[in-house]
Amino acid sequence: MRYIIKKTGVLLVTLLVISLLAFLAFQIIPGDPTARLLGTDYTPERAESLREELGLTGNVFVRYWKWLSGFVTGDMGTSYSYSMPVSEVINGKVAVTAALSLMAWLMVIGISIPLGVTLARYQGSRADRAFVAMNQVFMAIPPFFLGILFTYVFGLVLKLFVPGAFVSFSDSFWGCLGYLVFPALAIAIPKAAIVTKLLRSSIIAQMGQDYVRTAYSRGNSRWGVIRGHVLRNALLPVITFLAMTLADIVAGSIIVEQVFALPGLGRLLLSSISNRDYPVVQCIVVIIAFVVVFMNYLADIVTQYIDPRVRLS
Amino acid sequence: MITSKKNKTLRAGAIITAAMLLIIIIGAFWTPYDPNAMDGSAKLQSPSLAHLLGTDNFGRDIFSRVVEGAGATFAIAAATVAIGLVVGMIIGGLTGYYGGWLDEVLMRICDAIAAFPSILLALVLIALFGSGRYKIILALGILFIPSFARIVRSEVVKQKSMDYVRSAKLMGVGDMRILFVHIMPNIVPVLLSTVAIGFNNAVLAEASMSYLGVGVQPPDASLGRMLSEAQTYLMSAPWYALSVGLAIVLLVLGFGLLSDGLGGRYDA
Repeated sequence: MRYIIKKTGVLLVTLLVISLLAFLAFQIIPGDPTARLLGTDYTPERAESLREELGLTGNVFVRYWKWLSGFVTGDMGTSYSYSMPVSEVINGKVAVTAALSLMAWLMVIGISIPLGVTLARYQGSRADRAFVAMNQVFMAIPPFFLGILFTYVFGLVLKLFVPGAFVSFSDSFWGCLGYLVFPALAIAIPKAAIVTKLLRSSIIAQMGQDYVRTAYSRGNSRWGVIRGHVLRNALLPVITFLAMTLADIVAGSIIVEQVFALPGLGRLLLSSISNRDYPVVQCIVVIIAFVVVFMNYLADIVTQYIDPRVRLS
Repeated sequence: MITSKKNKTLRAGAIITAAMLLIIIIGAFWTPYDPNAMDGSAKLQSPSLAHLLGTDNFGRDIFSRVVEGAGATFAIAAATVAIGLVVGMIIGGLTGYYGGWLDEVLMRICDAIAAFPSILLALVLIALFGSGRYKIILALGILFIPSFARIVRSEVVKQKSMDYVRSAKLMGVGDMRILFVHIMPNIVPVLLSTVAIGFNNAVLAEASMSYLGVGVQPPDASLGRMLSEAQTYLMSAPWYALSVGLAIVLLVLGFGLLSDGLGGRYDA
């Protein structure tokens, strides 16, 4: 319990620091947003009143506090280029990115854990060696290239989906999930290769321990030892890694959304960066950063729940 | 300890990387065609003896373009790693050698940065600096500092209590000389593997940023930018995207295997 309280405290402080840094970073940007917003209507007086309106005047920490309290209550400021609340601009995009990331993450788990365990079970066999070599190659394929390959093979040649024709949630739930399968797979495969490798070597490292010898001496088969004794220990580093992977996947989906023309947070982030729409950029960055920090926090909690040694130390 | 398996990995990585570097170096002086020369009579040709990887929508030779793009991507990666390595060595070396509160603070900052997906941080830095070839080098270089600093620091901490450092101190050698002349050469083996994984990440990061259109800007070449260009012609010229993508994969794979073989972070 004390562990959880301590970790929660660290979490809150980290979130605060991140939001402050994100806020400050976008305050020191050179260039005046009012000049761009007003365009040819620019006069010093108008710029001043617009600055007032956008909340760009006054002490930076006071403004930070205003922005943060707004952020927590759902008022995330106003987008420069869409002239509507940021919360409305990102509304709907969050769901796409969340669904894509979650699907990719489940695929990583679904592929890597059975595969890693099986490879470790038949360690040294021809199949094991072939898969280990293949794994190296899959780890080196960037998700966006894999996405382009999928677009060509499954979209253009086999016509399993229409590239660029995203079906939204509200139109068809299953249609939407169906469209997300290939983007999710493109994100998942390189990550699954890394997790498989990690799990396989984690199991193999455990196989040399004394408790494994004891388990063998009681008459367990290799599979029995792995399933009953080794897996629980070997999964610990993998679980921590999986949590970090989800954070990576959320960030990585930025690129894959571009490949498949998915209307998610990533594409919005990119267009906002090129439009210099900083309230939106700031908001998306903070949201993704919060997800990352929170996942690491969850990983710590889950690890200590599974492994009493962490709890006791 | 270099086991036979590591040796094999190392050899495979060295061969792939050396082959890619050779092509890049030759490509810097000579390519079969001018990478930017357009030929209206040879648009979107499939691979043939005249054009090894075919031609693009302007009739430009794809092989020559891939070689040029790979060279540009490699140059950016090298500059990025150089920034990360030099600044990381200075920060990591000094904090590891002297310790103290500054060490604590800097390492906490490095931990925090390392916990974040690099794509997100790179995008934030690009939003701050703007895009372009030198800005992307700067943005990625800054991102690479923490990982180098952390590794250098932990190695320096290990080394500084060793006898050779103590005797150098007794002989009155200055701190800077001990750190950079006596200690640094001893951590080169660890640094080599870190540099290889750094190249791996830098190639990926540059390709991602340029693919997204926030990295290298036209007319500068880069593999990432060519891939996004090639995606438009996926239907009429699939070999274009395929050859650019394979060049990225080979670069990443070569450096990944090299780092693995040198005893990198993933021990198989």
